[in-house]
Amino acid sequence: MNERSEMLEGIRRAIGSRGSDRESDYASIRRGYHQALPIDLPECVHLFVDRLHDYDATVHFCPVEGIAATVAAVLSGRRKHSLLVPPQLPPDWMPSNFEFIRDTGLSYGHIDRSEGVLTGCAIAIAATGTIVLRHSAGEGRRALTLIPDYHLCVVFEHQIVGTVPEGIRLMSEFGRAPITTISGPSATADIEMTRIKGVHGPRTLDVILVA
Amino acid sequence: MQISLFITCYNDTLFPETGKAVVRVLERLGHEIEFRPAQTCCGQMHYNTGYPHEAASMMRRFLEVFRDAGAICIPSSSCVATIRDHYPKMAAATGDGAMIGEVDALLSRIFEFSELLIDKLGVTDVGAFFPHAVTLHPSCHSLRSLHVGAKPRQLLESVRELRLLDLHDADECCGFGGTFAVKNADVSAAMLSDKMRCILESGAEVCTALDNSCLMHIQGGLARQRSGVRCMHLAEILASTEAGDSR
Amino acid sequence: MSIRVGDAAEAPSFPRAARALLGNTQLRQNVRRATEVIRNRRARVVGELSDWEQLRQAGHEIKQHTLQYLDFYLEQFEEACTRAGGQVHWARDADEANAIILSILGARQAREVIKVKTMTSDEIGLNHALEAAGITPYETDLADLIVQLGDDRPSHIVVPALHRNRMEVRDIFLRKMHLRELGDKPEDLTNAARAYLREKFLRVGVAISGANFAVAETGSVCVVESEGNGRMCVSLPEVLITLVGIEKVIPRFEDLEVFLQTLPRSATGERMNPYNSIWTGIVPGDGPQEFHVVLLDNGRTKVLADTESRETLDCIRCGACLNACPVYRQTGGHAYGSMYSGPIGAILTPQLQSLEHSESLPYASSLCGACYEVCPVKINIPEILLHLRAKVTAAGDAPFEERVGMEAAAFVFEDPDMLALAQKLSRIAQKPFERDGVIRHLPGMLSGWTAFRDLTPIPKQSFREWWNERESQRGDQ
Ligand code: SF4
Repeated sequence: MNERSEMLEGIRRAIGSRGSDRESDYASIRRGYHQALPIDLPECVHLFVDRLHDYDATVHFCPVEGIAATVAAVLSGRRKHSLLVPPQLPPDWMPSNFEFIRDTGLSYGHIDRSEGVLTGCAIAIAATGTIVLRHSAGEGRRALTLIPDYHLCVVFEHQIVGTVPEGIRLMSEFGRAPITTISGPSATADIEMTRIKGVHGPRTLDVILVA
Repeated sequence: MQISLFITCYNDTLFPETGKAVVRVLERLGHEIEFRPAQTCCGQMHYNTGYPHEAASMMRRFLEVFRDAGAICIPSSSCVATIRDHYPKMAAATGDGAMIGEVDALLSRIFEFSELLIDKLGVTDVGAFFPHAVTLHPSCHSLRSLHVGAKPRQLLESVRELRLLDLHDADECCGFGGTFAVKNADVSAAMLSDKMRCILESGAEVCTALDNSCLMHIQGGLARQRSGVRCMHLAEILASTEAGDSR
Repeated sequence: MSIRVGDAAEAPSFPRAARALLGNTQLRQNVRRATEVIRNRRARVVGELSDWEQLRQAGHEIKQHTLQYLDFYLEQFEEACTRAGGQVHWARDADEANAIILSILGARQAREVIKVKTMTSDEIGLNHALEAAGITPYETDLADLIVQLGDDRPSHIVVPALHRNRMEVRDIFLRKMHLRELGDKPEDLTNAARAYLREKFLRVGVAISGANFAVAETGSVCVVESEGNGRMCVSLPEVLITLVGIEKVIPRFEDLEVFLQTLPRSATGERMNPYNSIWTGIVPGDGPQEFHVVLLDNGRTKVLADTESRETLDCIRCGACLNACPVYRQTGGHAYGSMYSGPIGAILTPQLQSLEHSESLPYASSLCGACYEVCPVKINIPEILLHLRAKVTAAGDAPFEERVGMEAAAFVFEDPDMLALAQKLSRIAQKPFERDGVIRHLPGMLSGWTAFRDLTPIPKQSFREWWNERESQRGDQ
């Protein structure tokens, strides 16, 4: 603990005297940036879809009662037969004729050999085309949406907010659950600044947008 | 209007033509110019090279010389930047309340040449005639410290017979940077060669700017290449009339 | 104390290193191309935001506030992180940080580690320490991997291998991954890295990460990335060690709303980077079950103590100032002798380690101001460069010729008569160097000037002489 107190002591010395008290100093930070976008929900959804297309994610649309059918259509189109799912994924999202394996502590090797994963999300941010996962029994632990090469994600329109500040405010209420934000499939531009889709995370991201 | 000229030490020594051109333009517009012989240098070179104490005594002289002057015209944006950006800090460092106040009172009277014409005197057409192809190098200080924006362009566009040509990567530094050109001569030269390439590609006969420091550096490179393109301070272009080139 | 910044203390001076690099046309082409691409992208996505200036201002103020109460926020972070099951360690310098990390690894008998976001670990020379202890570190960021396998040095703080083109990367991968064949398309190279690293992600039990932000209020840590290697490292191994510079702490979770807008746009020109991982301590059944945070000082307190340059610690390592810098774009990052290159490197390295080891860095700038203009937390880098230059001269470390020259000039500027006299004398002194109205060669310090440029000689008559003449003629009339 010696290093600790010495470091803190050094920091206090370096700072010297402070003008005001911390709370009021923090409150005086000017936050003149936009908190929300001046647009309504349909425009928000439109923007979100635009951003996803920018990232080369594929977007499918369906009504609430059509989730399972859309999942089936997307999987057939991708020639997939079996997906992993979080332990508490709503059963009515999973069409019959396909295999859904619940992750109840599968090994990394098992996840690695899977055809992909189906999850929902916590919220989505239109301005940046971001999907936010709150890792829990409903959206799965972190490895589940990371190791597979394919991620099919269900997003409800009412989950979409306009801006990053709106998104962060909601995320701040997630408690200690780990959070992953996903803005398009993994990518790198490390070689000659050429954007290459798909490095370590899922190389393909499909989104089902539920009205 | 009575206008006091701070010529700057290097214009005084190396580019007297620029000073004469400023006088000619302003007198042509009907203003009265004064030159206070006690002036020397704003302290820029010293301050930028790491000699703030030496620079501070030059600031003191500047304040003294121009204490009761009205509008002060300075045909060099880097010197204006030194005064605007650093004098307040230098004064604050002395802890001398009177000096801090004096700097404060000084700043609103300081004008770079193009600022003086447009902001203070409200003219863009100074009656100049210059039948040449010209490109403008917007020097770093004019761009990012003074934020002169389109002012030099507006002035050039009002010159009769002048063909204003675009400069590729115009807002790139030319590589001068005062003692930088000496301390990091190789890097400075590499930056210069990029700037020269853009100037030559522009097809201009003349490259102009608000700073003779950059122009001296660019002219030196162009002359070594025997390119035939010459550099001229904006004031010298504005001083030209049909009756004769300013030079 | 063993404060060090990699091996920057042994690096050659900036002008010397730069001279050598300027001769490397391939490298200069690679750097130029890459920085141009990022700059254009950045300009586009920054231009989209009408509140960009307000975001910059808020970022600056949040950071300044945090530094003002840094002791409080570090303790608050420690408390929150510990409550969530993390273990927080305090390291005053590079050696202490390395020792803490080695002892954690020793307890687990780890022989290998995977690493992500490791610029701070470069700073403390962690890889050397690990290798000396018989532990193999695997860099997992594609660019870091290229640098590691190529026995190279990072040349950019966000894109560390931007000085390499695809052919060079291909050669390195072929050799070091023991491949028979490999295409030269970026896709081929990326796939090779994916295959090489995947096995390690799934197998190696300990990861070392950096952090972009540490939230004091919640004890959360945030890693911003693109490739997914960050997610792999922070969520697959059993043990995670996160090395955090003390300036990375931010007060509240909500403060992320500023930086998660400004950082991706500034760093890679994206509206949002593909992945952000935010975690708080340990979560049973998900990710590492042992989590250590090492809070590193290593000279940062010294920077904090100097109010004139404290804002250096605001830096969120976006690299925008490098891409904007005309000096960096000529030389690339290696000239700066440190993993922190470009304008931020020119102010950070000399302040972290002692100034005398890197006194040429504050001069590695033409003061054009492009860095300040793009910085998403509004660090006034040109001002800080000047402040550091003044420190160099105050320490008596400026070259003799320069000092004499500056003192002489200051003396002359004290008195206009002296100036007039000096102007006359210079005209005489330049005579021997003048040929046909041009000066093509000067001696000493000024030879650098005339190596590339002509100098127009001092004209026959100064402005003040002309003015006096005119006035006296007027008087006569
Ligand atoms: S100094 Fe500013 S621009 Fe440079 S890396 Fe840091 S945050 Fe980015």
